[in-house]
Amino acid sequence: MTELNVQQLLKDLANDLDSYLTEHNINDPVFIGIQTGGVWVAKQLQSLLNNKQKLGVLDITFYRDDFSRAGIQPTVKPSKLPLGVNDKHIILVDDVLHTGRTVRAALNEIFDYGRPASVILVVLVQRNDSELPIQANVVASKLTLDVTQHIKLSGPDPLELKIIDQKN
Amino acid sequence: MRHFLQIDGLSTEDLNHILDTTESFTSVDDRAVKKVPLLRGKTIVNLFFEPSTRTLTTFELAAKRLSADVLNINIATSATTKGESLLDTLFNLQAMNTDMFIVRHPESGAAEFMSNYVDSHVSVINAGDGRHAHPTQAMLDMFTIRKHYNDFSKLSVAIVGDILHSRVARSQIEALNLLGTKEIRVIAPRTLLPANVEQLGVEVFQNCKKGLRNVDVVIMLRLQKERMQGGFIPSEREYFQLYGLTPERLDIAKPGAIVMHPGPINRGVEISSEVADGPQSVILQQVEYGIAVRMAILSIAMSSDKDEPSN
Repeated sequence: MTELNVQQLLKDLANDLDSYLTEHNINDPVFIGIQTGGVWVAKQLQSLLNNKQKLGVLDITFYRDDFSRAGIQPTVKPSKLPLGVNDKHIILVDDVLHTGRTVRAALNEIFDYGRPASVILVVLVQRNDSELPIQANVVASKLTLDVTQHIKLSGPDPLELKIIDQKN
Repeated sequence: MRHFLQIDGLSTEDLNHILDTTESFTSVDDRAVKKVPLLRGKTIVNLFFEPSTRTLTTFELAAKRLSADVLNINIATSATTKGESLLDTLFNLQAMNTDMFIVRHPESGAAEFMSNYVDSHVSVINAGDGRHAHPTQAMLDMFTIRKHYNDFSKLSVAIVGDILHSRVARSQIEALNLLGTKEIRVIAPRTLLPANVEQLGVEVFQNCKKGLRNVDVVIMLRLQKERMQGGFIPSEREYFQLYGLTPERLDIAKPGAIVMHPGPINRGVEISSEVADGPQSVILQQVEYGIAVRMAILSIAMSSDKDEPSN
């Protein structure tokens, strides 16, 4: 089990995002975090960037593509997008980008709410073995892992990012 | 759980799973766009051989909120009037690649009968069969109770009225027992109680004053006149005198006890308007929760392991 320095990664992520927004001339972005890890990361980013806007929260359970196999997991939290999405630049935040299916579901859900001006995908960690053509716009760390290895962000307090090997 | 036919045969875990899943679906109603794509592309047929306001519309809304395609078959103008049998109706609709039938029928056992004939990937949901069962109603009633009281093991629940003809009462009693309710009472004149009703796990009262004492939940039932053949009560006026829920009778229950009714209510027969419209009544809440409960049951039934149709 390896623990990563999540606080440093968050600082790097915030800096990179700040540069990205300046570079692309984006002034009034809207943060949306994907439950649950993405929401924790989004809150940290907002705090590091001094962004006091309301945070949108997305639970993608109802948009998953494995519903007919996995069935319904009861613990779904509500999705709430208080600032809407129409004509907004959305900063979509998740903790780990792996296959890309979660982000696909999140994009579908966002577009059910309206038409954003753009969606900027921001993740803490992007790992190998993606299954869809989805890449992060801003990412703190890119990792190549074995198929038995698993990254997990736990939190919200304290936030801890660990690589767990399921062989053990 | 591909079919949902009755409470009998389910476990406590099954019921809690449905109730927990329902909680998730209540949040769909709070969204600006009250739709999720869970059952997109699925075809759901409402086959109602008996009248309905609540059950039919909440099932239709539940299916539509899950993005399914819904067909409401109007039996009165269907080929049933030309002599088409129940099974033929079923097979013909199934040939249109229907994924689920939601059935209400005046004969007890109709839903199970249909479940024995549908293809292996098709679900049958019982929306009320004769006097036998109305399991989705019982689940929304349990969800309503759970919203007000956390712990069934501390509750005293009274069901008042036409128990004999009530499929709702039977399903409610089964569900209340499975959830570990401390005390279940039925209150009715002897003519409206089934023989050996105690065997269902209930305490029997014929007197409201005694039966309602200190209960936490009062469930009122309508006189099922459409199922009565013969004289069971002298008159509706007399029934109201002895068994109607008035504010005075409600005061016998615990302060703050909730008043429930599956609907439709007959004002002045089993319940007074003052109580039905009063602060302790959660009758309209039941209707609202009915949508989320049915969304949960439809989703659970559709997602169960089944064979893919071989085309």
